[in-house]
Amino acid sequence: MSGWFNAHFVSMVDGVAYGLLLFTLAVGLSLVFGMMDVLNLAHGTLYLAGAYTAYALSDGSWLGLLIALVVGLVVGLLGGGLLAAAVAPLQGRGHLDQAALTLGISLIAAEVMVMLFGAEVLPTAPPSALSGSVSVLGHTYPVYRLAFIGIATLLAALVYLAFERSSVGALVRATVADRDMVRTMGVDTRKVLFGVFGFGAALAAVGGVLGAPIIAPGPGIDERVLVLSLVVVVIGGLGSVRGALLGALLIGQVQTLGVALVPSYAPFLLFGAMLLVLALRPQGLFAPGRA
Amino acid sequence: MNASQHVVPGGRGSADGVPALGVEGLSRHFGSLRAVQEVTFEVRAGSRHAVIGPNGAGKSTLFALIAGALPATSGRVRLHGDDVTSMAEYARANRGLVRTFQHSSLFLSATARENVLLAVQRRHGVQASPWRSVTRRRALLEEADEVLAQLGLLDRAGAAAGALSHGERRQLEVAVALATAPSVLLLDEPAAGMSPADTQAFQQIVLGLPQEVTVLLVEHDLDLVFGLADTVTVLHLGEHLITGDPEQVRASEAVQSAYLGAEDTSDLFLEEGS
Amino acid sequence: MNSLQVRRTLLVGLVAFALLMVPWVFGAFTVSTFTRALVFAVLAMAVNLLTGVAGLPTLGQAAYFGVGAYTGALVSIHWSELGIVQLLVATLAGVVAAVLTGPLAIRGRGVAFLMITLAIGEIGYSAAGRLDAVTGGTDGLSGILPVVVLPGGEGLVNEGLIYYYVLVVAVLAYLGVGMLLRSPFGLTLRGLRDNEARLRAVGYRTDAYALGAFVYAGGLAALAGSLWASSQRFVAPGDMGFEIAALALLAVIVGGVGSMWGACLGAALVVFTRDYFGQIVSGHAPLLLGTLFVLAVYLLPKGIAGGRAQWRTLFPRSHAEHPTAEVR
Repeated sequence: MSGWFNAHFVSMVDGVAYGLLLFTLAVGLSLVFGMMDVLNLAHGTLYLAGAYTAYALSDGSWLGLLIALVVGLVVGLLGGGLLAAAVAPLQGRGHLDQAALTLGISLIAAEVMVMLFGAEVLPTAPPSALSGSVSVLGHTYPVYRLAFIGIATLLAALVYLAFERSSVGALVRATVADRDMVRTMGVDTRKVLFGVFGFGAALAAVGGVLGAPIIAPGPGIDERVLVLSLVVVVIGGLGSVRGALLGALLIGQVQTLGVALVPSYAPFLLFGAMLLVLALRPQGLFAPGRA
Repeated sequence: MNASQHVVPGGRGSADGVPALGVEGLSRHFGSLRAVQEVTFEVRAGSRHAVIGPNGAGKSTLFALIAGALPATSGRVRLHGDDVTSMAEYARANRGLVRTFQHSSLFLSATARENVLLAVQRRHGVQASPWRSVTRRRALLEEADEVLAQLGLLDRAGAAAGALSHGERRQLEVAVALATAPSVLLLDEPAAGMSPADTQAFQQIVLGLPQEVTVLLVEHDLDLVFGLADTVTVLHLGEHLITGDPEQVRASEAVQSAYLGAEDTSDLFLEEGS
Repeated sequence: MNSLQVRRTLLVGLVAFALLMVPWVFGAFTVSTFTRALVFAVLAMAVNLLTGVAGLPTLGQAAYFGVGAYTGALVSIHWSELGIVQLLVATLAGVVAAVLTGPLAIRGRGVAFLMITLAIGEIGYSAAGRLDAVTGGTDGLSGILPVVVLPGGEGLVNEGLIYYYVLVVAVLAYLGVGMLLRSPFGLTLRGLRDNEARLRAVGYRTDAYALGAFVYAGGLAALAGSLWASSQRFVAPGDMGFEIAALALLAVIVGGVGSMWGACLGAALVVFTRDYFGQIVSGHAPLLLGTLFVLAVYLLPKGIAGGRAQWRTLFPRSHAEHPTAEVR
């Protein structure tokens, strides 16, 4: 047992880092769908924008990372606001039109980014202070990933607490349980739409800035990241922060530990896991109960 | 008329005294909430039977249990003596136990005729084949039109269901249910959201139904209930209180205290305002 | 009524004439783009049968398209160069694939169905890339022989002849789908989209009908796949990837959900935007496609086939020039 643990230790820690990265993406997607009933297929684009920001601005110094984070946050908020404004006129027209619109936007954005940054995958270096490796339980492990796990855990904890404990979080949860609630309570739905979109988008873009050294920016990354977070959301249950967190951690392990254990089935694990969950519990593993 | 006979065969088992519908010790629990608890009563074949009760009495749950939309926790539902408790909703419908919906529930993009046609073709067995015989198609259409005529909707046959007025949708709702040739018709709060005039018109529709069709009505509007029903069952807090003719039910002290004790005193004996 | 029939007959005749003239008017590249558009139109009809008619939005039809493409290619390489044999075997393979996977897919509705079909599509894509012995892996499958229409005939290598082959099959598929939609089964599928609870209440086992739609759509997508193999003579995993599935769904949305001729037109628009106009503006096809989808959603909310009212609001001036059109 301890031998097995030892052999796969690195994969498991990788899985945690990967899972936390997916959480920063999935939580926005999940809330936008759960609260506003909007299927945002341009969500991966926000990660990519954040990752390119990190590539362009980080020069290995702490200041570079800080600037990249601030710029990434602004990019995310702007992108979220733009998407919310684009989707707002489609209220009541169903998911297909939202899907077409957001997919169209993501195609345009992806092409613009190819024009700006080229068609290569751009490996992005972490701050030089974090670029080395350390020994953890006898394994060498990149410092940056450990730091990422720390920061992302903090971020996830903040989001989780805000969602579960604050009054805004209570409103959000109430809305997921009963969407008409917001309207009957006299809350401005446009404000909620922009708020939720902005929050989710900012988190995805920040995830992109921090995640660039893990999933490097390049063409097609937006689609890959989108599909991954869709899987997380479906597994975790739409509109649930806890579900997004647990689903992301699960998928993180599937993508790292699972691949290390059964490499020949690697391409099937992700969607196999999703099909299994959907077949057993179509509403997701951790879906909030609806009255 | 020969035609209406095959539209509404109904009345199975009516002669030998087997009740059209038997509810035996039926219960449904949601966690610790006992929405319906050990309810037992019978619906005589050919009767116009109403289930009433104050808010929270378990009417809607009971309706869903009988229709098959919800599985029962325990107890049985019998249709003409046969146990249908474990049958899915569609299978009960195929056996003649057919429901309507509280708010009109139609195929809105289809025409009124197509709405009825869906029910008619199901009864004659629809296959997944793209082929169709023209003559058979004509027979189905004629049958659909007969049902539409029965409900006074024939002149609206070509209109999309979504374009019909509220009252017309109600009529079409019944037409779709009737076109399945039910032996027991379940009406789920048909007066919900209806104006008094619409309710009156609806009462006439139900009174005009063939006698072979047994009607079980779950309803809030007591005017409609007492204008229609020959038998009334009262539920209270998920339990069966009384089943009897309208006079018995009006006179029952238990019923009066149940309605007075409940928060809404939707007065049993007063005309409803507005 | 009568003039409407005359106008419709005229329109059908005009479209038929235009389609027949394509190889005589355009060069080889344009003709091959038309061929791809026709294949894509058949795939879009399959997507529309599920999404538009039965109300089950799918991102997984590329998987069955791929099953048909690989089957058609393998039949061509190992067994028969006859088009009809390839089409039949490929369609059958698509039907079998849909029968096996459908029961899982129809457990969900709406977005859940979309996600399950997405997963099926991605698994199919991964499988195609890994089953090297059968599919040639990520290198793809080449060596597909020119398709032969009549036994003993010559293989079709001329772009124009391939176009006609695809055109005939696509038109037959269109007519077949039209027949299906007018049948009692087609009405039932529309009922499934409109109001599944009510359909169940009048006695339909709705899951069986959803599965039926899934199987028809799987077979139709596989038929399109076989046409793809014959016309491109090369099949690769990318042909059954997310991009194809998404473009097919978007073609249906642009064309007008539920309308078959709309889906075909949408498919043609998508293929020409990507392969033809995309070439003209030096390879920025995604930019054009994205713009097309965004504009379509805003300007034509019901799609190309979604009625004339929205076209009138788009072009109010031409509307004013023909006041008689308003009175009609």
